[in-house]
Amino acid sequence: MGLSTRHLLGIKDLKVEDIQLIFETADTFKSVLNRPIKKVPSLRDVTIANIFFENSTRTRLSFELAEKRLSADVVNFSASSSSVSKGETLIDTVNNILAMKVDLVVMRHPYAGAGVFLSKHIKAQIVNAGDGAHEHPTQALLDAFSIREKYGDVAGKKVAIVGDILHSRVALSNILCLKMLGAEVMVCGPTTLIPKHIGSLGVKVEHDLLKALNWCDVANMLRIQLERQDIKYFPSLREYTMLYGLNKQILNSLDKEITVMHPGPINRGVEITSDVADSKQSIILDQVENGVAIRMAVLYLLAGQAE
Amino acid sequence: MQNLTLLDGQKFDITIQRLCRQLIENHNDFSNSVIIGIQPRGIFLAKRIAEELRKILPSSTILQGDLDITFYRDDFRRKGEQLVPNQTRIDFITEGKKVIMMDDVLWTGRTIRAAMDALQAFGRPEKVELLVLVDRRYSRHIPVAADYTGIEVDSIASQKVVVSWKEADKEDRIILINE
Repeated sequence: MGLSTRHLLGIKDLKVEDIQLIFETADTFKSVLNRPIKKVPSLRDVTIANIFFENSTRTRLSFELAEKRLSADVVNFSASSSSVSKGETLIDTVNNILAMKVDLVVMRHPYAGAGVFLSKHIKAQIVNAGDGAHEHPTQALLDAFSIREKYGDVAGKKVAIVGDILHSRVALSNILCLKMLGAEVMVCGPTTLIPKHIGSLGVKVEHDLLKALNWCDVANMLRIQLERQDIKYFPSLREYTMLYGLNKQILNSLDKEITVMHPGPINRGVEITSDVADSKQSIILDQVENGVAIRMAVLYLLAGQAE
Repeated sequence: MQNLTLLDGQKFDITIQRLCRQLIENHNDFSNSVIIGIQPRGIFLAKRIAEELRKILPSSTILQGDLDITFYRDDFRRKGEQLVPNQTRIDFITEGKKVIMMDDVLWTGRTIRAAMDALQAFGRPEKVELLVLVDRRYSRHIPVAADYTGIEVDSIASQKVVVSWKEADKEDRIILINE
């Protein structure tokens, strides 16, 4: 029994059984991470290249830590400090890295489909660590895993994804993953930041934050991606915060206790206030911890089918 | 295919009892000793032995855990099938303890090598011993020997030794399978 896919390019390539297998393996890795010695030798003969064409802190650190906990050899690559800035193409860059005998590539790229493109041209296995506004599968897996950890099961839970849905790869991967696992999903945000045909994915659409919060068990507050907004989608950050920002007052006004998530990095005071981010209803740091276990599981399961 | 029963019924029980008595000779009241069964099949042996020891030594606390060695195996990426982990359940400290590792069959020794490696992640035991129900002699790939052995069997590589347990398989039995 293994994963049905050779690469992890998006949630859409996975089956429910794959996600369950990843979760069960991550459970084991989570217990490894709580031992005195947090390392296992499984990938000691595997070399992994982390190729990041776009800035990242937590995803890159999380992948690197997962790789090191599995005893893999790791090489890191940032586009900003590489020959890409001299005009080298993606294929040439990656082929050069592969010539150094790399088995697995973890790639983040600003363009949607970069991972799919690469998977057709190179032999190594690829894990998509975020491709433009398309998918971020490991984030969705760790988010669903965190919900499962909190509630015991994802099925039947109501999850509201709030904020910049239009530019968010986290939102798309989350919708696909949560729907596959039987959750109900709602997206909430300004009309300009919600794609027109999002309803075709089987999600509810709401523009009133309070209504969304009253409906859901879990609110996943997305970051406003200012770097992806070449035109203005809302008048001002202040107005966005007034309408879609989550603060303690709003949380306390609800007649139930909801769980708050955020994929990070948080714009404190914009999509979420500090007292909410640091409250006991927030599982933001659990998400970070679970990220390492999920990425260990994905890398372990993919590497295990290599030969 | 011809199966040969090596041990069952009363003889099986007597073997378990003998192993318990041997353990008591070396570990007294088990105040500084713990039992760890190796996943997946060694845990049946460890649980049975712990259960018998609790009957013989009712005033002692017998600690028993399950150790999964999947991530420490040396055939990862070589076996052609995905190695899916089992659960590790060790709710006590092994640091400074005498650890008795248990497995149903000792064959190539590779499982025990991996188990030794996995055990290190839980601390530094004072001593580690190995108890096996069946020792398939003359087939080691690694120099490993058991401290306590139920029965010894001379077998060839094409043969298979299977241990059935009442708890999982409805009967206690050790079978040699010729394939």
